[in-house]
Amino acid sequence: MASITFEHVWKRFGDVIAVQDLDIFIEDQEFLVFVGPSGCGKSTSLRMLAGLDEITEGTIKIGDRVVNDVPPKDRNIAMVFQSYALYPHMSVYDNMAFGLKLRKTPKQEIDKRVKEAGSLLGIENLLDRKPKQLSGGQRQRVALGRAIVRDPAVFLMDEPLSNLDAKLRVQTRSEISKLHQRLATTFIYVTHDQTEAMTMGSRICVLKDGIMMQIDTPQGLYDYPDNVFVAGFIGSPAMNFFDVTMVEQDGDLYVDSGTFRLKLPPEKAQAAKPYAGQEVVCGVRPEDIHDREFTPPGIRAEPMTAEVDVTELMGNEVFVYLLTGKKQFIARVDPRTKAKVGKEMDVVFNMENVHLFDRKTEDVIR
Amino acid sequence: MSDRLQRALGRIPLHLVLLLIVLIWLVPSFGLLVSSFRPAEAISSSGWWTVFDPPTEFTLDLYEEALTAQNMGRSFINSLFITIPATIIPIMAAAFAAYAFAWLEFPGRNILFTLVVGLLVVPLQLTFIPILQLYNRVGMTGTFVGLWLAHAAYGMPFAVYLLRNSVGGLPRDLFESAYLDGASSFDIFYRIVLPLVVPAIASLVIFQFLWVWNDLLVALIFLGGNPSVAPMTVTIANLVNSLGGGWQVLTAAAFISMALPLLVFFSLQRYFVRGILAGSVKG
Repeated sequence: MASITFEHVWKRFGDVIAVQDLDIFIEDQEFLVFVGPSGCGKSTSLRMLAGLDEITEGTIKIGDRVVNDVPPKDRNIAMVFQSYALYPHMSVYDNMAFGLKLRKTPKQEIDKRVKEAGSLLGIENLLDRKPKQLSGGQRQRVALGRAIVRDPAVFLMDEPLSNLDAKLRVQTRSEISKLHQRLATTFIYVTHDQTEAMTMGSRICVLKDGIMMQIDTPQGLYDYPDNVFVAGFIGSPAMNFFDVTMVEQDGDLYVDSGTFRLKLPPEKAQAAKPYAGQEVVCGVRPEDIHDREFTPPGIRAEPMTAEVDVTELMGNEVFVYLLTGKKQFIARVDPRTKAKVGKEMDVVFNMENVHLFDRKTEDVIR
Repeated sequence: MSDRLQRALGRIPLHLVLLLIVLIWLVPSFGLLVSSFRPAEAISSSGWWTVFDPPTEFTLDLYEEALTAQNMGRSFINSLFITIPATIIPIMAAAFAAYAFAWLEFPGRNILFTLVVGLLVVPLQLTFIPILQLYNRVGMTGTFVGLWLAHAAYGMPFAVYLLRNSVGGLPRDLFESAYLDGASSFDIFYRIVLPLVVPAIASLVIFQFLWVWNDLLVALIFLGGNPSVAPMTVTIANLVNSLGGGWQVLTAAAFISMALPLLVFFSLQRYFVRGILAGSVKG
């Protein structure tokens, strides 16, 4: 049971700033995901919390205790590594018991906990094997088991799924979520994969170049991205961005890309008013662009026409790559669409879900 | 099928070269073995290959002579008493050093490592006089301890070098994981590092054991001519009289002294081979 606090935490490696002024409060039993491209400081943040990297500046607390100078073994944490880091010369049982033995836990207690964790993870029949006799998925479970037997206050996971194949990854994803509910402890999870972040996290912290871009629930990040980076990072296929000019005409505000002009709904126009006449970035998610023929009822649809470049049939939907001028963008449309490559296509934008960003600061205009 | 055939054919030159090397290596040894079973007069009058042209006469005389020579039993024990500690001490110390050089952070780590490995190029003859002077001053000349330390020092640079590479090749995650599990540096060394570098240690044991067992020069220098501490190499060398007569007995003595190293090699060679392959096979 422990909350975690990062208070103005910095990490420098020589001249390189890996983490810059990270300030987060993570509640007890939360499943927080650090996500971002490689080199964004997500692993470093985790390693500082684990005690594997020193904190250059700031404080990290587990519960109410400042842990800056507490050795890792006394922080009551367990970590699952990307490579699993199983001890190759020890059996599965010994791998899981290692930490407990070092802590001088009574033998019976060790045995009980290892067997419990084994059956929880469905590896009770593998306890005598060596890691090299296991499949990737099984190794991954052993790594989880090694963390579980320690009964830590905080679980740290550094890209634990990235060595698994796609199918197993999806399966293990839900198992880790279940594990989190079952163990009711704080989980901190690092990944570069936004799908993992979205599906598992109760909150997600998006990092870029060592700076926290936004922290929110998955839905919050998706619906209300604070900046161009988060908007583009969360969601797949990614959000389309258009460089547009804000044009005021007859009291209404329009975004004008040069090839198309769309009217902003009153709520958006309100916030965007100060930007009239200026250049801004307009972001539209692929699912907010519809085939005009299949426009869902009740949306604030603004029409435009674009040339179809490529179509990808996914079965339940079609990804249409469209061209307007030289700009390519993606629409995720109804599979009944009659879009033909090389032909014009009539689409509508759902203007209620359009995001506007300041061109210079890349921050959202709200 | 033709693919396999082609590959097999492609390997023929390689196999021929290997065969040639093996022959060059083995023929003299084989000759020595054959000679050791011939009567002394026959050895001095005709070559060993004449045994293929009967009638031939085999005898164990030379073995008998070598085994019953003065002090041979004693020097076998001495050899063991010298070789075992002189193998264990440097490898143990080198394993500690290798772990420190590979994974512990301390100032001057790389410079120190370079220095230790740099000692590989110092010819050992260069060290005899200063070390002897030192030993004479502290009274260690002619003692086993002195010889152990000398052999340990001569063996260390290579041992440190080999083990550092081996320990350094272990994945960092293992150490961090053990560290989070609550292991101290000593726990990590004994429970993680040592078991994982057994192949490298086995190779080193073979090298160091053979080197010390077969050493004549270092033993002669630091132990002197005292027969009570002389190892087999010294005693065997003494079988030959000062004018070089009676050298035929060396053939049998050589094989007697080879017996133990062969035993060590064959019992450890399975680790040895694994050690060489360790990096190339994906685990």
